Amino acid sequence: MNVRDQSLHAGRALSVYGETISSRLLLGTAGYPSPAILTSAVKASGAEIVTVSLRREAAGGKAGERFLDIIKDLGVRVLPNTAGCRTPGEAIATAQMARELFGTDWIKLEVIGNDDTLQPDVFGLVEAAGTLSRDGFKVLPYTTEDLSVAERLQRAGCQVIMPWGAPIGSGRGLANVHALTSLRAYFPDVTLIIDAGIGAPSHAALAMELGYDAVLLNTAVAKAADPVKMAAAFASAIQSGRLGYEAGLIPPRDMAVPSTPVAGTPFFDLD
Amino acid sequence: MNKPSILVVGAGIFGLWQAFSLARAGYRVRLIEAGCDPFARSSSRWAGAMIAPECEAEGAPHSVRDLGREGLRLWRDTYPGIMSNGTLVVAHARDAGDLARFANMTEGHVAVAGPRIADLEPSLAGRFERGLYFESEAHVDAQKAMSWLVDQLRLLGVDISFETLWKGTSEDVVIDCRGIGAHEDLPSLRGVRGERVLIRTSEVSLSRPVRLLHPRQPIYVVPQGDGRFVVGATVIEREDVGPISLRSALDLLGSAYALHPAFGEASVLEMGAGVRPAFSDNVPRIIVEDGGHLIRVNGAYRHGFLLAPVLARAVADYLSDNRREGPLFAAP
Repeated sequence: MNVRDQSLHAGRALSVYGETISSRLLLGTAGYPSPAILTSAVKASGAEIVTVSLRREAAGGKAGERFLDIIKDLGVRVLPNTAGCRTPGEAIATAQMARELFGTDWIKLEVIGNDDTLQPDVFGLVEAAGTLSRDGFKVLPYTTEDLSVAERLQRAGCQVIMPWGAPIGSGRGLANVHALTSLRAYFPDVTLIIDAGIGAPSHAALAMELGYDAVLLNTAVAKAADPVKMAAAFASAIQSGRLGYEAGLIPPRDMAVPSTPVAGTPFFDLD
Repeated sequence: MNKPSILVVGAGIFGLWQAFSLARAGYRVRLIEAGCDPFARSSSRWAGAMIAPECEAEGAPHSVRDLGREGLRLWRDTYPGIMSNGTLVVAHARDAGDLARFANMTEGHVAVAGPRIADLEPSLAGRFERGLYFESEAHVDAQKAMSWLVDQLRLLGVDISFETLWKGTSEDVVIDCRGIGAHEDLPSLRGVRGERVLIRTSEVSLSRPVRLLHPRQPIYVVPQGDGRFVVGATVIEREDVGPISLRSALDLLGSAYALHPAFGEASVLEMGAGVRPAFSDNVPRIIVEDGGHLIRVNGAYRHGFLLAPVLARAVADYLSDNRREGPLFAAP
């Protein structure tokens, strides 16, 4: 992407289905040591969107559950997810339950294809994304870095695409930087959010330097020794990465280039 | 001055310890329980009953670990049935990162390799290359420990009534230990569902609780004598006492099978769920109301057996000196 292309994005706020969101960090709410720590971590992260697993944590969708009150009390937008769903049918039913419970048509769509790697079933994902989009949902699909799948998702009605960095909870960072870079270049105007696989703030900063619009993560904060501090660390890494992207990174070179002319300096290797 | 008379409401592990510690200190105590016995309706009957302050520090604040160490000491001083064989934490090679994280978050362990693991638990010989051994920890059989406490109460002359609801009282002080049953009076209390399975086999024998780490479904397997093992426990943010889900049963039993394939031939004696009462920081509290006439002891979360003796002692101290200090008396 040349500098002129990049300037198209510079200064552009994160847009999710037409809504402008100022924080580029989306935080998951599972697996914290306690709801009190979750609350503090969300505050420290500055996140304006949190994801909630409906199936397991809030399952049954029973109103009056204290955990749901705690989530609502965070005062941020809730992005319900379909974590744990293995078929399009399950994911669709869970999305409908979430719409009812949280009064939002946003849904983070997960259709899991493999229990061990939690790899998305991209076929089921495209199918469910189409059905949900036609039903008026604003779908944020969790997918791989595969370009053709992203195209199908876009065609199915998704205005946001969320490729993984690495498998959920693996903390391995961006496993395929090359493919993620070309995905960004291929969809310059689609909101792209890295979802899953982030382990360290530097991983999130790299995603932002590549020009991704935002990062969604959970385990890296929830399972840190100090989740609140880690939430703040991610917030500043993501800010730095975005700023770096907007400032325009210098292209890497194959050899070191001195920044001042070397004329007049003696040769060192003549003996 | 005469000691005030006491009504303890709820015969879960908190209520039993409260009644025991106050009766032993010479108070006249009555204990009532809505269920037909102390185990029927209490989430305590679903406990793994590990007295493991060090391991719990993996997910609990330091205050719980420090209070838990005191709890361990009080159990040892009091209960002859305590089993002081420590805790063994293991992980499969691919989950070595989880073991490293567990070690970083906790104290009081030594790293153990294959031969030492085989030495500690011969049944696990050759199955795990790396683990952590927490020598200082202990465990009890939940039902035996509760039965023992009931027997002690009877010996101390405590009046115990089952199938009795709390409706007014003639006692001077009420100690409310109803757990999640007190939800309506404690709006910040929430229920955290925990599911577990009780199995029996003679093909595996363990001397101590074994925790198998896993990024998604860590489990513990606690030996309870006579070839019985408690396999637990899920932690789900739901206030639902309904039967165990198929998924949770699969996860728990699958993990037990991964710990040792011989568990595959075990009999499943019981499966089910309880709801742990918890405040937002998962630390229990003593809440004094009504000018000291009503004391609520609640919020055990996963630490009922670990912390029950400490809370009982703190209430006894409060009744004698009227002081409310430390994390247990902080507003929830």
